[in-house]
Amino acid sequence: MASPNPSGGFFHRLANPARFQRLSAWLMPWLVLITLGCFGAGLYYGLYASPIDYQQKDTVRIMYVHVPAAWLAMMSYSTLAISGFVALVWRHPLADIAGAATAPIGAVFTFLALFTGAIWGQPTWGTWWVWDARLTSVLILFFMFLGYIAIRNAFDDQARAGRAASLLAIVGVVILPIIKFSVDWWNTLHQPASVSKLSGSSMDPAMLRPLLIMAVAYMALFGVLLLLRMRLELTRRRVEALQMARAGAATP
Amino acid sequence: MPKLHVQDLACRRGGRILFASLDFSLSEGDAALALGRNGAGKSSLLRVLAGLIPPFTGTIEWNGEDVRREPYEFRSAMRYVGHADGLQTNLTVIQNLHYWAALYRASTSRDALEKALAAVGLDDLADLPARMLSAGQRRRLALARPIATQPGGLWLLDEPTVALDRPSIAKIETAITAFRATGGIVIASTNAPLTLPDAREIDVAAAMPTPEDAFGDAFEDALL
Amino acid sequence: MNAFMATLSRDLLIARREGGESLLAVIFFVLGAMLFPLGVGPEGKLLALMAAGVIWVMALLATLLALDRLFQADWRDGTLELMALAPDSLTLVVAAKCLAHWLVTGLPMVIAAPVMALLLNLPPEGWPPLLAALLIGSPALSFIGAICAALIVGARRGGVLMTLLALPLYIPTLIFGAGAVQAAIGGFDASAHLAALGAITLAAIALCPWAAAAALRQAME
Repeated sequence: MASPNPSGGFFHRLANPARFQRLSAWLMPWLVLITLGCFGAGLYYGLYASPIDYQQKDTVRIMYVHVPAAWLAMMSYSTLAISGFVALVWRHPLADIAGAATAPIGAVFTFLALFTGAIWGQPTWGTWWVWDARLTSVLILFFMFLGYIAIRNAFDDQARAGRAASLLAIVGVVILPIIKFSVDWWNTLHQPASVSKLSGSSMDPAMLRPLLIMAVAYMALFGVLLLLRMRLELTRRRVEALQMARAGAATP
Repeated sequence: MPKLHVQDLACRRGGRILFASLDFSLSEGDAALALGRNGAGKSSLLRVLAGLIPPFTGTIEWNGEDVRREPYEFRSAMRYVGHADGLQTNLTVIQNLHYWAALYRASTSRDALEKALAAVGLDDLADLPARMLSAGQRRRLALARPIATQPGGLWLLDEPTVALDRPSIAKIETAITAFRATGGIVIASTNAPLTLPDAREIDVAAAMPTPEDAFGDAFEDALL
Repeated sequence: MNAFMATLSRDLLIARREGGESLLAVIFFVLGAMLFPLGVGPEGKLLALMAAGVIWVMALLATLLALDRLFQADWRDGTLELMALAPDSLTLVVAAKCLAHWLVTGLPMVIAAPVMALLLNLPPEGWPPLLAALLIGSPALSFIGAICAALIVGARRGGVLMTLLALPLYIPTLIFGAGAVQAAIGGFDASAHLAALGAITLAAIALCPWAAAAALRQAME
């Protein structure tokens, strides 16, 4: 009888889908609680109780939604790269599922960052879009997420799709700092002198605290969405395996 | 000690385990025929042996060394002929062969290449563009490759005689016999006629697990 | 070395036999030089401002067009598997294919660049840095693009998908390449840009064949 890949006990015990389902089911309510709590606190402080920027007045409050979204966009891509690495090197089956689940979440966070960036930019500069370094980098990141999703859908063979996407994520994460660096350089070359930085003026601790609370909220939300999608995918695969078993048991 | 030693080999493709617990050993001069109906995993077995697909479990040892640890040694000795012919249609027959000889570090002299072409009966077509060859001729050119690159050890042939007429099949069998006489090992999968004297049989279909085995005891394993 | 030289000469031979590859790249390249003035108007000053960027963008796209066939034909006829099973590393074979690709499509673009510069009214200070930048940077395009070509080999709709994957990866090359020309036109020193470009190309030549070979092996599993 074949025993699955013999590399490593503990790690592969985690790979057992039933165990993952139990673990994630236990973890989920806590994550939801943290998400709701932090969003509540963060939005209260951010949109109401924190000081306004002397230049941008109230519009700086969009920062509390925009900046953590951008952070989470980058964290999502790192998750893609890490899960891709684990999927390729250790063939950990959950890693592949994690990657597939993360990509759309990351794309949404990235889009949110772009959207709120535009909303922030409008009153500040009078246009809905401006090519500042951060927004440009986030836009590029958005297309990298789209590329990842596209390559996953480009193959009928799911295993092949997973391997190609994992490799793409690893290559992407290596080139991402270079892209960021070159975009920053490009921006300093072409930047007109009067544009104020989108990150707001110096970080008053009263501004930092809600920002960090929002960051935790976003991360918890990411966790909730990721676990939800992974559980969904596992259930879907289970149904598929049952169907295949039925087909295999029938006379050929 | 056997030259090729395969232990507990299993292959998994598309979520299904095709074969498992496959064990066999072959010594110099041996031949083996992989048997099984279509889809049983004969081609996959050859691809796993070649190293194109990583085995799900099990080890392959060549000359006592695990081939995954010492791939260079193994690849210097192993030649694989798959379903596809591996021809570049814009090059001539001999140019195709020349590339393979160069890539596999064999002699690239015109003489050596023509000898290999003669062994499969293509020597008078040497300077013809490969796109002008018939299906049978292309197959023969694909088989000229292991002959030309003269490895020390192992031929893995997947359906070598498809589209070949009887005289051509005889030529291939002669080449295989000559190779085995120098100590080479041949493993072939075929549903077409191919006579390999004293060939062992590897029944891939028998190594196919029952549905319960294929999917493990608990359905959890099916998802891995 | 054997695998490298054998593959290089084979690919160049095939390119010569198939013919027209270089010509198509150059034609496409110059086509862009025609479309932009038609699109934005022929005003000399405007074209001069855009010239560096337009030329580089066209170079990216022309490279991508030709990248499609880098591995596709070999994949379809089974040659790629045989390359992977050779004693020498697949990385060497891939490096040779990338170099052949550049010689067949990248280098002709560099040679055609003066025509582009003329049609787009690039100021004379921009010509030497343009040629230098294209010469230094176009290999990076071939090598980086090879990873994307390897990732999608055998996929349906491969061509468009490859464009989506490759364009973000091309951005640093674009920024430094066009930046070098614009710096020179503005009277600044272009050498920092060219140095960055050179670093990117060197890193690409060193790392991309290995990554592309890994992608090809994953594709063949």
